[in-house]
Amino acid sequence: MSTERGKKGDILLEMKDIRVEGFSDERWHKIIKGIDLTLHRGQVMGLIGESGAGKSTLGLASMGFTKPGCKITSGSIIFDGQDLIKANDDEKRMLWGTKIAYVAQSAAASFNPAHRLLDQTVEASLNRNLQTKNAAETDARNLYEQLQLPDPNNIGDRYPHQVSGGQLQRMMTAMAMSPRPDLIIFDEPTTALDVTTQVEVLVAMRSIVEKFNTAALYITHDLAVVAQMADVIKVLRYGHEIEEAKTREMLVSPKENYTKSLWSVRSLEKPESPSDDFVISINNVDAAYIGGPKVLHNVNIDIPRGRTVAVVGESGSGKSTTARVITGLLQPITGSVYFNGEALPPALKDRSKGQLRRIQMIYQSADTAMNPRQTVSEIIGRPLEFYHNLTGSQKQERILELLEMIELDESFYDRFPGELSGGQKQRVCIARALAADPEVIICDEVTSALDQIVQEGILQLLLRLQKEFNITYLFITHDIAVVRAISDEIVVMYEGAVVEQGLKSKIMAPPYPDYTKLLLKSVPEMDPDWLTNLVDKRD
Amino acid sequence: MTNPPKGYSAAAEVNKMRERRSQWQIVKLELSKAPYSAWFGILVILAYFFVALFAPLLAPHGEAEIFTSSFAPWGGEHIFGTDQIGRDIFSRLIYGARNTIGIALATTLVSFAIGGSLGLVAAISGGWTDQILSRLVDVLMAIPGLIFALMLLTIFGSSVLSLILIIAVLDSTRVFRLTRSVAISVVVMDYVEAAKLRGEKLAWIMRREILPNIMPPLIAEFGLRFSFVFLTIAALSFLGLGIQPPTADWGSMVRDNASMIQFAKYDLTAALTPMIPAGAIALLTVAVNFVVDWFLDKTSGLKDEH
Repeated sequence: MSTERGKKGDILLEMKDIRVEGFSDERWHKIIKGIDLTLHRGQVMGLIGESGAGKSTLGLASMGFTKPGCKITSGSIIFDGQDLIKANDDEKRMLWGTKIAYVAQSAAASFNPAHRLLDQTVEASLNRNLQTKNAAETDARNLYEQLQLPDPNNIGDRYPHQVSGGQLQRMMTAMAMSPRPDLIIFDEPTTALDVTTQVEVLVAMRSIVEKFNTAALYITHDLAVVAQMADVIKVLRYGHEIEEAKTREMLVSPKENYTKSLWSVRSLEKPESPSDDFVISINNVDAAYIGGPKVLHNVNIDIPRGRTVAVVGESGSGKSTTARVITGLLQPITGSVYFNGEALPPALKDRSKGQLRRIQMIYQSADTAMNPRQTVSEIIGRPLEFYHNLTGSQKQERILELLEMIELDESFYDRFPGELSGGQKQRVCIARALAADPEVIICDEVTSALDQIVQEGILQLLLRLQKEFNITYLFITHDIAVVRAISDEIVVMYEGAVVEQGLKSKIMAPPYPDYTKLLLKSVPEMDPDWLTNLVDKRD
Repeated sequence: MTNPPKGYSAAAEVNKMRERRSQWQIVKLELSKAPYSAWFGILVILAYFFVALFAPLLAPHGEAEIFTSSFAPWGGEHIFGTDQIGRDIFSRLIYGARNTIGIALATTLVSFAIGGSLGLVAAISGGWTDQILSRLVDVLMAIPGLIFALMLLTIFGSSVLSLILIIAVLDSTRVFRLTRSVAISVVVMDYVEAAKLRGEKLAWIMRREILPNIMPPLIAEFGLRFSFVFLTIAALSFLGLGIQPPTADWGSMVRDNASMIQFAKYDLTAALTPMIPAGAIALLTVAVNFVVDWFLDKTSGLKDEH
């Protein structure tokens, strides 16, 4: 196959005054409110902004596509000389998958589990008769090799569930690359991956985009990631463009206040303070899920009172299992958990109300942590009633007090969770935990589903509450910026064992054990040369 | 610690605020968009319930009142004639609505109470409790329903109470399976775990955390089950083991007058007489199904958050 490829630097995609509306709750709502976008061949543009900013909608609109229930109301989209607004469905379908490809956030949900990976990789090329089956498959194997997938000649014979998440994400990039498109849209391709995996995927994606001179739109809310990938960054908010600049310029001197505030999150840092008054001690705990292998191996963690202990590690390292052992959801095989010097009963049902009250939990996904059929006042009010026997006006007063503590006003009293934004939901979950008047709060990835600016708000709130009420946090996270912001001590876990525990300053400084080093090195920094340097060092 | 960026406040974060509507406004809005089939179904059901409630006022004669002429023709004092022992068929139709619908409703409610609560217990507890309950239900479901019901009715006798209990227990197996399967997807939610961690009792978790979230499929199932129970009772009455005379009931009315069909060549209206209670059964079943279809469409199809 040989199509004429334009020269690098020609305009590939030009979108003018794009407006998109979505239909919900009986009305049309504006999602994109007039955005211009120009993309040159071989250029990578990063689209950043918090959720609801319209990043994904804009990305999809560049293909002339909208999600069901949305429509493009005005504007023009010229892709490679063709007007996509005027194009009919058949014309657009000829472009999609061949000239424009899309890489979605969840690779696992985007592959058909019933077909082999190779067949899915070459599907678009074959359907459009771009290549013969043999040529396409050979090419796909080449792509696998360039994307550094293990055993590139045979990995295509596997089914999607037989490869890891990071490999699947690279597979999807190979699938998008197979017909050699002019434009690839990456929609948060690494958000669901661990930091250590993310680095590999980023390296692979960047090199292949560079190699084939493909233009790309890279949608993400992670600034450090976009700094590695993009030539140009466009910041969006509420469907408007805030600013657009070359990556280096944008990082050094963002113009708008909003952009500056996005940058400021990374500068939050709590001064550590040591303490050896331990509120919880986990002693020699081994644990396993029913019928499964051991997932915790001789775990020892001491949590000092009124401090924050951050537990870091990739998924599967046993962070959340440790939390389940502390809360009593999972009984350890051996070892025990001491609370204020007293051994806690291993099973949840043997613990007293007082013991349960003192350890509260906040979840990663506030969406599923609140019953969608209960109002905010019912959600916060239940622990008050349950633990403190508050009823009637006393309870109502306390709920309003708690709402004030989490910086929400009384208009939230009767709302349902569906009517709150992500940050507000997480705040209500914090209020529910506070309502119990706990000594320890276990925070399981509480900020990872949130945008940077909202994250900062939540972290500030947690720090303030800790100061006021001397609450102890066990903070499970994989985000090193969050660790810096909130922790006094750090526990590094790997494959169900504690690699090291110590004060933040000690863990974050050399000498590191191997795994800590890898983990710290894999966290993207706000330096556009970070990835390049990392790759250079390896070679 | 840095100061929060200017202009940021948690309360001002963008969110999807739903318009405040009262329950009644929501019902009105939904009804205005309902298809004709649903409207038809709702009107028919309302009419049936009206007749059932005010049966003594609407019926021209008593339920078991016997007149001198048996098998009287249509028209005159008896709109639909009289039956084999001279009771007014029109009056018995009206009383039949009350009996058949009332018993079917009671049976469905009991079967939901049994099946629903056990299904929730199985879903929340899991493990052995779930295994034992589920296998027990499998055993009950392995025996053909109508035959099992006939057998039990012969053993315990055909009183209204045993009729209700036997059909309710047999029918609760289906409710159990539905409740368990929809509840299992809710049980894994973090808010249920949060309730367990708080130390809530099983009953509270069932009633407050899970039940409100699985109501739509249960309500739809309630409509369907009602139709099935209604048909089962009619079938049992037709076979003579259901509602016992002199209580009027549509199923037994069909049987009692079935022989009149052979008079079709002499008097068409006489032949139609057994068809009237049969038609009443069919109409209600169709109406309930129309409404359930519409309701399922509403709750399952576009229930996504978007």
